[in-house]
Order: sequence, then structure tokens, then C-alpha cells
Amino acid sequence: MHKLTKSFSHLVLPISVMTLLIIINLIKGADYFRITMVNGAFYGNIPNILFGASELVILSIGMTLVTAASRGQDISIGVSATITSAVFVQYVLQAGEVTLLTIVVGFLLSCVVGLFLGAFNGTLVSVFKVQPMVASLILFTGGRSIAFMIDGKLSPILANDISNHIGTVIPGVPIQTPIILTVVFIALVAVLFKTTNLRLYVETVGINPNAARLNGINPKKIIFLTFLIMGICTAVAGFIAVNKAGRHDSVNLLKLIMMDAILAVAIGGNSLIGGKFSITGSIIGAYTIEMLNRTLLRLEIEPATIKVFKAVFIIILMVVSSPVVRVFMKKALDRVRTWRLSLSQPKESALSTTYIAEKEEE
Amino acid sequence: MKKTLGILMILVILGSGVLFAAGQKESGLIKVGIVNLPPEESGYRQANVEDMNNVFSVANGYDAKQTNTLDNSEQIAAAKGYIRDGVDYLLISAANASGWDDTLKSAKDAGIQVILFDRAIDTDKANYQAAILSDMAYEGEKAVEWVLSLGLDKINLILIRGQMGSAAEIGRSAAVLDAARKGKLNIVADGTGGDSWSLEEARKVVEAAIAAGKDFNVIYAQNDGMAQGAVQALQAAGISHGKGGKVKIIGFDFNRFALRNVQAGYWDADMQCNPRQAAEISKWIKSGNIPSGIVYQEELLLTTETITDELIAKWGINADPGKGVITR
Repeated sequence: MHKLTKSFSHLVLPISVMTLLIIINLIKGADYFRITMVNGAFYGNIPNILFGASELVILSIGMTLVTAASRGQDISIGVSATITSAVFVQYVLQAGEVTLLTIVVGFLLSCVVGLFLGAFNGTLVSVFKVQPMVASLILFTGGRSIAFMIDGKLSPILANDISNHIGTVIPGVPIQTPIILTVVFIALVAVLFKTTNLRLYVETVGINPNAARLNGINPKKIIFLTFLIMGICTAVAGFIAVNKAGRHDSVNLLKLIMMDAILAVAIGGNSLIGGKFSITGSIIGAYTIEMLNRTLLRLEIEPATIKVFKAVFIIILMVVSSPVVRVFMKKALDRVRTWRLSLSQPKESALSTTYIAEKEEE
Repeated sequence: MKKTLGILMILVILGSGVLFAAGQKESGLIKVGIVNLPPEESGYRQANVEDMNNVFSVANGYDAKQTNTLDNSEQIAAAKGYIRDGVDYLLISAANASGWDDTLKSAKDAGIQVILFDRAIDTDKANYQAAILSDMAYEGEKAVEWVLSLGLDKINLILIRGQMGSAAEIGRSAAVLDAARKGKLNIVADGTGGDSWSLEEARKVVEAAIAAGKDFNVIYAQNDGMAQGAVQALQAAGISHGKGGKVKIIGFDFNRFALRNVQAGYWDADMQCNPRQAAEISKWIKSGNIPSGIVYQEELLLTTETITDELIAKWGINADPGKGVITR
């Protein structure tokens, strides 16, 4: 039992935020969880959230790993996804007749591009010791122009049935395809962590790269590897996003998603300066952000002020969950406990507990 | 004898030089300096830059130089360079509306005619010759006029705005807000696609309205991408739209994919935002009759009835998915 509570303690923040949002939504309308069937697929608030957050979830998994190992953030993820999806679209369009094979090959090709972009950022960070944010700033600045060139200076249209099915639903399957793809991706990541020591290595490097090196783990390799995984994440996210949109808009595709991805990592209870991490937390964090966005819309906040509300909510959240407030709360809780103990227990033991508590404060 | 020959030769050389120079001047091209934003800024800009290249070509009698950048200071530096080069006309679409006063004045002192296109500059009217712009308020009015002409019993409209505070958003929203104030229509949901005029955000706005059980019959999305996102939300919820459907859809900007959607009856209308100012400017220059002050362009609104292949080919921007292809 104790072990269970310990392993879930870092999830307290994301889960409590999510609960709060659910309560607000339930007050607004009791049918929040209602799911209906529309054209043979599930429809409702929950499917909408799962559908809308799919790219964010996938990217925040990669962001968690990069953050944990390199102690910094990759801000080029949206741009990388735009480039990988541009390659995918060009391959599909040049293939003429679009079959499932074309889509799969196009996707694998975009994964190769993703790996290349990941390797580019990863090399800068691991070998040349450039700060991750600065390293990824290069792609962030120039990447959309690259995607624009790949697109042939236009926004190519991806109007084929298979792409449409990937972006919406496959006939006969009641769940929207992006949701299925996200679940499959999460499962693959889970298998990766169950079967390898990746978690241990990444955390070790993130906590102290020098100690890791002395223990026979090469920090360069591990950091490079996390960027490669991020590359795959961007390729998958780009694939989902472009099939959802049905055309490749190099200017706006997944613009500013890195902000939400970093936020998802933070809400997930992860430290943004590396070390121990929880992918579960980040995934819940990503869904929470999606839920927050939709809740603000549901509350019919004016479009001009909606961002301010989001910012205020997040600031409150971050302050409440900050170490300073946590320590303060813990102390307050301890005091209440000792005070209670002093009421119920004999005087001697009460004295000793207060003594210990005071010593801890020192 | 030798002396006279020498003098003659010199005279010939000089004379031919003068003749040559005069000849060059006569067959000379009109020198134009164009300061614009880069094509990757948007589909609009891509069409705009392409149009500038096509019209201000050597074949049309122009010697045009073009600088495309998002950086206002780089734009100003480029404009100053063109002034030094002694261009005849300077065409500017400014990244930033302010900071241009000195540059425009020095162009004026050098006798260069400045024509602004697409974007206005906050400066005294005397500092430039003419400006050819899209009137966003006019676009909004025309679109709202179409909405009101639909003959719906009661208009319950979802307004999806672009980047808050942008000229396009303010202009295109104004007419809707005004009509709502006058009781001509009812805004049931008011949302925004955010700074990137985002398809996903627009989709969420409509999904939120559906979740709240709102009844609506018009979606007014301030660009084509957001209209597309809104329709995706309707599709997922199984709500009919387009020709003969319950919800009427209007987008802006004339992307060819949007026009094809209108043509197929998947959407109902699209309002133009014309990026092709070059032909008009060229006409002014060639006739020597340049108007002064701001000139607004005529812009079209196309519906399922009025749309034709020729109009799509002529006025559309961006990639064409082909006739009958719906971009969902």
C-alpha cells in the first residue's frame, strides 16, 4: 500500500487538476460524460478530448524524455513535425494512386526524416554541449521555410480516402483513428520502458551526468537517444496532424505546440531541469491541457481574454505545486498533527514530538 | 592629318557613346524596387509575391528588384538601398506599420513615387503617392450581407475570429458585431482560432458550441483553414452543412481548396481577399496616372451558384485539389 501511494504521489497534481476541471464541466452541464454514436463512431466530450490531444500527448512523451536527460527543452518539435509531414505528403502525392502501402512507406520515410532532425538537435546538444533550447532554436527559426520549400511553395492537398480515414474514422471502427494511433504509440513506449533499462539510464544522466559516466553510462549516447526518440514522436505527431487537416499548411501546422508540450511535462509533476520523470504524468498533463482549453471555451469566455484566463489558471497551478508552497503545506500539516497529538497523548510524548518537529525546521 | 584623324576618332567614340547611352535610355526599363514579406508567410503572400514577379518582369518593361523579409528594419534598409539605386517607383508592403517616416521622406526628396500595397503604413498621407489595399471592413460587410440574404428564419451564427487585433480580424468581425447589435442576427458562440488562425482551435470552438447544446445555422469563419476545422467538427457530430444542409458555411481568402469545397456544395460561400495588386499598379505606372491616397480593391464573394472553374483558376490562391475533390 505504501509503495502504491509513493509511486502515485507525483500524479497528485495532474489528477487533482483534471478532477477540478471535470467538476467545473459537470456543473456547467450534467451530460459531460455522455457518449453517443454518430455515423458509427463514438461522439461526445471525452472522445473529442482524446481526439484533439493526440498530437500533444505524443509530443509530450518525447518532451519528457528530452527534458529528463538533457535538462532542457526542445522547442523545434512543431516545426520538425511540419517538415516530416511535408515529406510524407510529397511522397504520397508523387505516388499517383494512393494505397495503404503508399501511406505506410510515406510514414516510414517521414520517420527517417524525424530521426535525422532528432539526430541534428541531439548532436548539437550531446556532442557540442549546446543548450537544448538554443540548439532547437535553429530548426525553430528556419524549419518552416524548409517545409515550405518541400511543399513546392504551396499548401498541398491530401484529399484521398485513406488519409481521410486516418484523420477521422475508419468505417466500421467506432473509435476515431487518431485516438487508436495514440494508444498504440503509448503502448509501444510502455513496452520500450518495460523491456529496457532506458528509464534508469535517462534518470541517471539527468540527475548527474558525471556520476553516470563514472558508472559506465555514456551521457552523450543517452541524450542523443532521447532526441532520436523525440524525432520519432514528431514524425508520428506530424503524420496524425496532417491527415487530420487534409492538407499541409507549412505556416500553421502544430504552431506553438511546444509550449503546451512543455506545460504538459510540468503539469505532469516533472522537473524541467531533468532527472526523475513520469511519462504517465505528462500524458495526463497533456489531456488536462486539452480539457482546460475546452473548459474555457465551454465557459464562454470572450475570445480576447481567453488566453489570459488560461495563463492565470496555469500560474495558480504552478504556484500551488511549487516546492516552496509544498514545504510550507507540509510544515503546516505537521504542526496540525503535533498539535492534535499533544491533545490526545500524554505530555511527555507530546514534548518529544514537538522537539523533533522543531529540529526539522532548523 | 594624323591630328585631325585622332580628333575625328575621339569625336566618333564620344558620339557613339552618347548615341549608345541615349539608345539605352529609350529602350530602358522602368526601374522598380519592391519591398515585400516572404512567400512562406502565408498562402496569400505566396500568391502575392508570385503575382509581383509575373507582372513586374522584363517582358513587361520593368527592371524590378525584390526584397522579401519579415523584419521591418531589413525592409527599411532594402528600401533605402533602392532609393540610392535611383529606382523610379518604390512598392512597399510593410512588416510593421510604423517606423517608415524618414525612409518615405527621403524617397519623396529623391523624386521616387512610393506605392503601398496590401498593408498600410502609419504616416502622413503626403509621404506616399498611393496605397492599394484590401478593405477588411468591406469584406466583412459583403459576407454579412450574404448571410442576411440567405432567408433564414432566425440567424444563429458562430463567429470564429482570426488573430485577435489583426486588421483582418477587426474588419471582418465589425460587420457581424454590428448586425448583431442591430438585432439582425444572433451570435451564439464567439471564438477565435488564435494567433495562427488555427484549424484545430476553430474545431474546438464549434465542438464546444455543440457540447453546450447550442442551436446554430451559420458558421462565419474568418479564414479558410478555420472554416475547414469548423466543418470537421460538424462532420464528426453528424450535423449537415453546405448546399441543402442545416448549417451554412462561409470562409475567407479564396484558397483554391476552399473554392472547390464551395463548388462541390460542401461549403456555401467564400469571400475574397485579393493578393493580386500588381496588375493594377502596373496599369497606373504605364498610364502615368497614379491616384493619390488609399484605393481599395474590388473583391468577390462566390457562392455555390456563382462559382465557376474560370473564377477558381483566375482568382484562387494556393494549390488546386482539382474539380470535384473535397478537402475535408
